Amino acid sequence: MRLVRAVLALLVAPALLAGCGSPRAGHEGRRTVTVFAAASLTGVFTELGAAFEAANPGVAVRFNFGSSATLAQQIVQGAPADVFAAANPATMRTVTDASLAGPPAVFARNRLQIAVPEGNPAGITGLRDLADPRLKVALCAPQVPCGAAATAVLAAAGAEVTPVTLEQDVKATLTKLELGEVDAALVYRTDVLASGGGVEGVDVPEAGEAVNDYPIAVLRDAPAGEPAERFAALVRSPRGGEALARAGFEVPRA
Amino acid sequence: MTGTVRRAGGAGRPGGRAPWPLVVPAVAGLAFLVLPLGGLLVRAPWPEMGARLAEPLVLEALRLSLVTATAATAVCLLLGVPLAWLLARGRFPGRRLVRALVTVPLVLPPVVGGVALLLVLGRNGSAGRWLYETFGISLPFTTAGVVLAEAFVAMPFLVISVEGALRAADLRYEEAAATLGASRWRIFTRVTLPLVAPGVSAGAVLCWARALGEFGATITFAGNFPGRTQTMPLAVYLALETDPEAAIVLSLVLLAVSVLVLASLRDRWAGTP
Repeated sequence: MRLVRAVLALLVAPALLAGCGSPRAGHEGRRTVTVFAAASLTGVFTELGAAFEAANPGVAVRFNFGSSATLAQQIVQGAPADVFAAANPATMRTVTDASLAGPPAVFARNRLQIAVPEGNPAGITGLRDLADPRLKVALCAPQVPCGAAATAVLAAAGAEVTPVTLEQDVKATLTKLELGEVDAALVYRTDVLASGGGVEGVDVPEAGEAVNDYPIAVLRDAPAGEPAERFAALVRSPRGGEALARAGFEVPRA
Repeated sequence: MTGTVRRAGGAGRPGGRAPWPLVVPAVAGLAFLVLPLGGLLVRAPWPEMGARLAEPLVLEALRLSLVTATAATAVCLLLGVPLAWLLARGRFPGRRLVRALVTVPLVLPPVVGGVALLLVLGRNGSAGRWLYETFGISLPFTTAGVVLAEAFVAMPFLVISVEGALRAADLRYEEAAATLGASRWRIFTRVTLPLVAPGVSAGAVLCWARALGEFGATITFAGNFPGRTQTMPLAVYLALETDPEAAIVLSLVLLAVSVLVLASLRDRWAGTP
């Protein structure tokens, strides 16, 4: 009997605590918009989040940046997100197929560039140069969007490249270049622009073969409610477009 | 020890009913540890298991994992056993500090270990640059790099295990050997090592299992390339991006290997009272 009571107490206590906590936060505290966004959006969205908070007193924006596929999995598994911005339509489809989000809209495009150390010591001018066996090249793994794009772009150039590593995401790929462990890496233009320096980008015409569309959608049953719509609208507004363009994204005309 | 328990009387004696404040959290703890693994078994695509296990990617990753974990264990034995001996038997200033340093990789996030390895042994690292310029050796992105990353993370397990065995070993055998005129090296190989052999093998198995599961240091230092540096945990992580079922299959293989390792340790771990 005592055991049963104790178990009940254990089970009920956290529920009571939670019950006390959350509504109060809703009443007097700030409302929070939780945005799940592709890692490549880290810089722009952090900037837009600050602007949004300044324009909407009482509303806070919280970000969860990561691999689009991982984020989509988390949302499908019930993670409490309000807005989802993915780095490609396929990962967004995971979420819309589960009827968890409203209609997505493409708000940005990104294309690949060859990242090389500053001054381009190896004199790389195009994708075919990467086939040189003396060069160490880092690519994204084909399972992640930047890797799928790299495969398509290299195929379009007819370049047979043997990379030394297939990294798990685009930031890790660029890091290997920044640390000087590889001589070239295929990453997004935005990543080259966002890198601290010591890296420059070489444009490749074949990049047009695999342009990444970035869709954004507000999730159904978004816990934040209306402010979630407002954040998505800010991203798609001219102001959001300006910030995206500054970061190296192409912004589709509405 | 037993004397104290006896004096404490009936309540605390083994065989009495276990007190509920211990039983309830214990059962919850057990469920917490076991349920996720059960979930893996339930979600596994059993009908197509055979076909999926035979995929070249899986076999390659499995082979690489077994080879590198074994090589890393060999490296750990070669360097770790002498280090454990030094910690247990050596007399030198700063021994406590050295022991603390040895255990650092145990608590360090493996990714940090990978970054550290990259900064020292990478092509632009302090030691790596010399290796590269003198011998043309570059360790990142090679299978040797995987072995290094795994050894870095797994060695403390071996050292701690062997050091514990050395401390628990009866010193009188070594003393007897010394009075009979044996050199310290001879004592180590003929007396000490056989004495702590069970501790060494337990440590080696633990070290091997840790190396097998290594992810963070490996992907950071050695990168990811199928057949060269893509071990099972890396394959699991990447499979999760596009093919969760494949990730489950790979996870089950790792789980099966872990259970096998535990079973082989049954007498030493699960069997201890």
